[in-house]
Amino acid sequence: MNIAQWPVRRQRTTGDVSGRGVAVKSSKTERLTPRIADADEVVKSVCPYCAVGCGQTVFVRDEKVVQIEGDPDSPVSRGRLCPKGSASLQLTTGEARRYEVLHRRPHATDWEVLDLETAMDMVAERVIKTRRETWQWEQDGKRVRRTMGIASLGGATLDNEENYLMKKLYTALGAIQIENQARI
Amino acid sequence: MVANPFASLLEHGDPATAAGYVDHPPRMGFFTDTSVCIGCKACEVACKEWNHVPEGGLQFTGMSYDNTVGLGADTWRHVAFIEQRKRVGQQVTGAAADGAAPAESGIRWLMASDVCKHCTHAACLDVCPTGALFRTEFGTVVVQEDVCNGCGYCIPACPYGVIDQRHGDGRAWKCTLCYDRLGVGAEPACAKACPTDSIQFGTLEELHLRADRRLAQLHGAGVSDARLYGRDPDDGVGGDGAFFLLLDEPEVYGLPPDPIVTTRDLPAMWRRVATAAALVAGTVAVSFTRKAP
Amino acid sequence: MGTSFGRGGATTFQQDLQNADCILIEGSNMAECHPVGFQWVMEAKARGATLVHVDPRYTRTSALADIHVPIRVGTDIAFLGGIVNYVIEHDAYFHDYVVAFTNAPTIVGEEFKDTEDLDGVFSGLDADQRSYDPASWQYEGGPVQAASGQREQEFDEKLREREAQGGGEKRHQPSVAAAGRGESHGSGGASVPASVKRDETLQHPRCVFQIVKRHFSRYTPELVEQVCGIPQELFLKVCRTLTENSGRERTTAMAYAVGWTQHSVGVQYIRTAAILQLLLGNMGRPGGGILALRGHASIQGSTDIPTLYNLLPGYIPMPHAHQDEDLDMFIEGASTEKGYWGGMRSYMVSLLKAWWGPHATEDNDFCFDYLPRLTGSHSTYETVMAQLDGECKGYFVVGENPAVGSANAAMQRLGMANLDWLVVRDFSLIESATWWKDGPEIETGELQTEDIPTEVFFFPAAAHTEKNGSFTNTQRMLQWHHAAVEPAADARSELWFYYHLGRIIREKLAGSTDEMDRPVLELQWDYPTEGAVAEPSAEAVLAEINGWDAEGRPLASYEQLNEDGSTACGCWIYCGVYTTGVNQAARRKPGQEQSWVAPEWGWAWPANRRIIYNRASADREGKPWSERKAYIWWDDEEAKWVGHDVPDFDPAKSPWHRPPAGATGAEALAGDDAFVMQGDGKGWLYVPSGLTDGPLPAHYEPQDSPFPNLVYPHQQRNPVRQVFSRRHNRYHPGPGQPGSEIFPYMLTTYRLTEHHTAGGMSRWLSYLSELQPEMFCEVSPELAAERGLEHNGWATVITARGVIEARVMVTDRVAPLEVQGRMLHQIGLPYHWGPNGYAKGDAANELANISLDPNSHIQEVKAMSGDIRPGRRPRGAARTALVEEYIRRAGITPETGMEVRGGR
Repeated sequence: MNIAQWPVRRQRTTGDVSGRGVAVKSSKTERLTPRIADADEVVKSVCPYCAVGCGQTVFVRDEKVVQIEGDPDSPVSRGRLCPKGSASLQLTTGEARRYEVLHRRPHATDWEVLDLETAMDMVAERVIKTRRETWQWEQDGKRVRRTMGIASLGGATLDNEENYLMKKLYTALGAIQIENQARI
Repeated sequence: MVANPFASLLEHGDPATAAGYVDHPPRMGFFTDTSVCIGCKACEVACKEWNHVPEGGLQFTGMSYDNTVGLGADTWRHVAFIEQRKRVGQQVTGAAADGAAPAESGIRWLMASDVCKHCTHAACLDVCPTGALFRTEFGTVVVQEDVCNGCGYCIPACPYGVIDQRHGDGRAWKCTLCYDRLGVGAEPACAKACPTDSIQFGTLEELHLRADRRLAQLHGAGVSDARLYGRDPDDGVGGDGAFFLLLDEPEVYGLPPDPIVTTRDLPAMWRRVATAAALVAGTVAVSFTRKAP
Repeated sequence: MGTSFGRGGATTFQQDLQNADCILIEGSNMAECHPVGFQWVMEAKARGATLVHVDPRYTRTSALADIHVPIRVGTDIAFLGGIVNYVIEHDAYFHDYVVAFTNAPTIVGEEFKDTEDLDGVFSGLDADQRSYDPASWQYEGGPVQAASGQREQEFDEKLREREAQGGGEKRHQPSVAAAGRGESHGSGGASVPASVKRDETLQHPRCVFQIVKRHFSRYTPELVEQVCGIPQELFLKVCRTLTENSGRERTTAMAYAVGWTQHSVGVQYIRTAAILQLLLGNMGRPGGGILALRGHASIQGSTDIPTLYNLLPGYIPMPHAHQDEDLDMFIEGASTEKGYWGGMRSYMVSLLKAWWGPHATEDNDFCFDYLPRLTGSHSTYETVMAQLDGECKGYFVVGENPAVGSANAAMQRLGMANLDWLVVRDFSLIESATWWKDGPEIETGELQTEDIPTEVFFFPAAAHTEKNGSFTNTQRMLQWHHAAVEPAADARSELWFYYHLGRIIREKLAGSTDEMDRPVLELQWDYPTEGAVAEPSAEAVLAEINGWDAEGRPLASYEQLNEDGSTACGCWIYCGVYTTGVNQAARRKPGQEQSWVAPEWGWAWPANRRIIYNRASADREGKPWSERKAYIWWDDEEAKWVGHDVPDFDPAKSPWHRPPAGATGAEALAGDDAFVMQGDGKGWLYVPSGLTDGPLPAHYEPQDSPFPNLVYPHQQRNPVRQVFSRRHNRYHPGPGQPGSEIFPYMLTTYRLTEHHTAGGMSRWLSYLSELQPEMFCEVSPELAAERGLEHNGWATVITARGVIEARVMVTDRVAPLEVQGRMLHQIGLPYHWGPNGYAKGDAANELANISLDPNSHIQEVKAMSGDIRPGRRPRGAARTALVEEYIRRAGITPETGMEVRGGR
């Protein structure tokens, strides 16, 4: 250690005679930079939990989200967040998230990992098959042009654009049992 | 020469100045107005997210909605919940049209977010042998995790029971008042998140003014229970950098009614030490002198 | 909301709460469930406002309230109806406002019979069909098209008229009972026959005001005390607080959430509040209105652009099956003569153009026939029945957890166990993804994993930080979130999933000449993709939602939409969100740099208005009711409406304007028709059309209640509530029936600040889990003593549907109430937990029955009877045996609780 960094010497030179302040600051402490200050990118977002719609600021470093906090510009939330909103970093980057597609065969006792492309193809096949098998042109003599074989639940946690594509695709497929948490 | 560590502090009245900072920023702190706390615990989570504080374990305590129990190595902000059978004193925020309306339910639910007090006279700092605990230029008290050796002296020294050793780590941890954020002009994570501004961050001077106004307002509205805690610079710790507006006795919130810095007697001890040291030095000098040919 | 005012959205915005002189929070625990929005309540309090919280429990909201009113669960209509009665009895209504802007003066037809006349039901009840024929509820002079809600009723009416006039074959049969019923979230417009009669003295015995007055006259303070368990003194204090804080100079705001909607008569709870706010003159004014507090980031958006069976985007109804229906017939059935629903044809044609592009032409009815048709209610609960019956074979569950979050969780799982395939998209392995290996039925032995044929796919979802898109918040405001990073590994957005699923299906079907595939193959599905994962452009989707003209230029307003197919628009009420090609939802001018209304932050429908019906903030002559409450007013010199917000009115239409004879649509609105979507331009105290269970609210007991209905002693329950008696969905005996004493307590479910709905976004996070780590129940010390429950110990809670265990929290905050001469204990049950995740526990929804509001199809989980006993619940087969024992002891049969008419 450089003699100039000796605490006793620093106590004298800094005027921190008690040795409780500037004299004992470690070099790590000296170098402290909050991750909101050295983020590569700051992205504006909206809290995904309830419908208050709090503004969020997302800090990105090395293509990873490193911090999420309230956006003080928002006239609704004025930079504040509740405990859930404050946990957004753990929600989006925490250990609990899964990143692989899983498949359970009929009657199987456990999951198998499936690649995404295969899984998408399989789901498309299931939709086409079920749609054909359950297609109705008429019910009680009235034209219905639909399938009652396919249903969907979810949407209130999703974006408007996502809900729009869902409704558009399902309707074109003739599926009508499309619902979301609004009723639940 | 052996200095009285309190001398410059008493002289300057400012802990950062006493700690050798020149041209330092004003002393910063928290004013936690518990009368507007909604017990949401955003402060607890925002603190943990920012400081990467580990989870403290899953335990249903039955202590109202408090399942994190108290401040500790893994809980740097803690919200207390106190259910009372009491007919008076709602947590009114303003002078309601007809004054403070009485509680209709005959019960009262107090919520208060506790935190390290960042004492003016900080015993943890006094006893720390490694210089891990230090006074920042903002007048706050911070543990330097790269210096702390886990000796644990600071733990019994804290009159509030705030600082704590982390299980499996051994080092001492507590609120830093987001020292890193302060360095770039950002406010601490808890105060930033707080939905109702129950936790206010600012210069201690400004916070004192705000707190005095708020207290007068509440007293004017008939909330006679309201009081400030840690506001008084003449109390046993020289006043707190983080102080509170409470609606009941401090004990109700689990706070010591009259905290006293555990190292209060140190100055006198230091004087005695100095005298003794001088005596020793004199004796040594004399003995050297005598040895001289 | 839709039926009372015209649009199914919060009428005000959260920041405006600060202007209120009084705030009534009821059916909502705002401080806990919307903590950051609650800052505006605190601002109001700081300015001297009084906060009243009506809730069965003393919550974190109550702790900050000036007045907390404990109420028996399921009795809010009696309470609010009592206030309506007080307001009328004490002449405390805002007379000038009521005459100018409500339908109080309108004369109702002679055929209408009230609950006063018919012993607790309205005229038109068809007990066999379990439904009302609303024909007798009309105004004198003819039918009125509902702004929202059950427009199908009117469709039938209109076609009946057409048949009568045009002769010919009978083209259809009445379908109210069987059809998908009303939607309470509607944005709508309405027309009224030119001949509506009004009596502005409010004296005509059949004017709405007198009918309302008679209807609520039995809701006395004495009755409120008996029904709700609220002492008269406290009730009257609330009445005085509300009336003293309403009028010219002062306004009262109301906030509610699912505490009002989740009942078998839930829509009428909100209706009662609407009546009260109209009588007090609080609608359309600063510091007034009704704020619906929604629980999910885009729950408003998911009704505006609906993932709901009965709606198309912008609250256009899904077509029902009728013989030979074409676009003309559909439009005639759904649109209106007066008001903004007069533009229905242009909204609908533009939607069809957005979906089928060049394939949609005048000659083929713009592909109207491509739309599938409804033949009844196809809500999520009917879908569960269809799964159990083997009719529904494939199921997508996206960002939702019905195995925990939906009423009667066991039925949800059993339904899924009967599927061919199930797709679950979420962050983690939620209960709805794993019930086949570790659900409660596996533990009890009701199901064996090897026997379950369901093929299950789990797809990891992308987070909000990993995708672009907009949420519509609780105040109708769209806010854009920008992607910060790309989703890792196989995590994908729903936008990606549905776009690519559609792409693959279209590729597989390519070349098909089958007529059933044409709507899929001709669908406009060419969205640009970007980035490494080929994410479709959310902004391109938003541009389509906004719409464009024949040259592809973005539209600025739905008033530009045409009927001839020259415009395309995916959701007419969102038209303008992409005006000039700029994403208005992404506007972020800092709040500090704007007025308190902050019009340049995000974009609110309709037309960026923040308080809707704001024409009513000025009097008939266009002057603010008071300077203190000025918001929008008529500027004589400029000859237009000006103020703090976008006027919710034709900006150049003077207050004195009277429409020419024969005018239609918006042209037919007069200068004082402040509720521009309504058929008569008025706020509706009385709803002649659009609701399935009556034109006025009436208190009925919850489906499972141990108390007789004191308000209508001969009608216990909502006669047209939706009930499903199934093996796993039995109801409790009514009061006085043998076995009712088996379930003596009332249960209510709710959320906590620390968790989110069914837990998928909170129970897996350690920082939230440690704050509320376990399922618990809240009981009073008195109940604890009565049943030997120990604080911190365990309790078992039982209904005819299921049994759960919970840790016991004994607290004064859930006080027993004196109801009808006896003590009632209520039990609080947070519903966040399930067997998976980091914080685990039993799901409260195991206990809930499926009984639904007939308008919204929302389940009754806020009020149900049940039993509690000390200790943990039995394991394995003993768990089912305990429920069966209770069913046997209570004498429950498939018929129990299924009656339409009757006192018990």
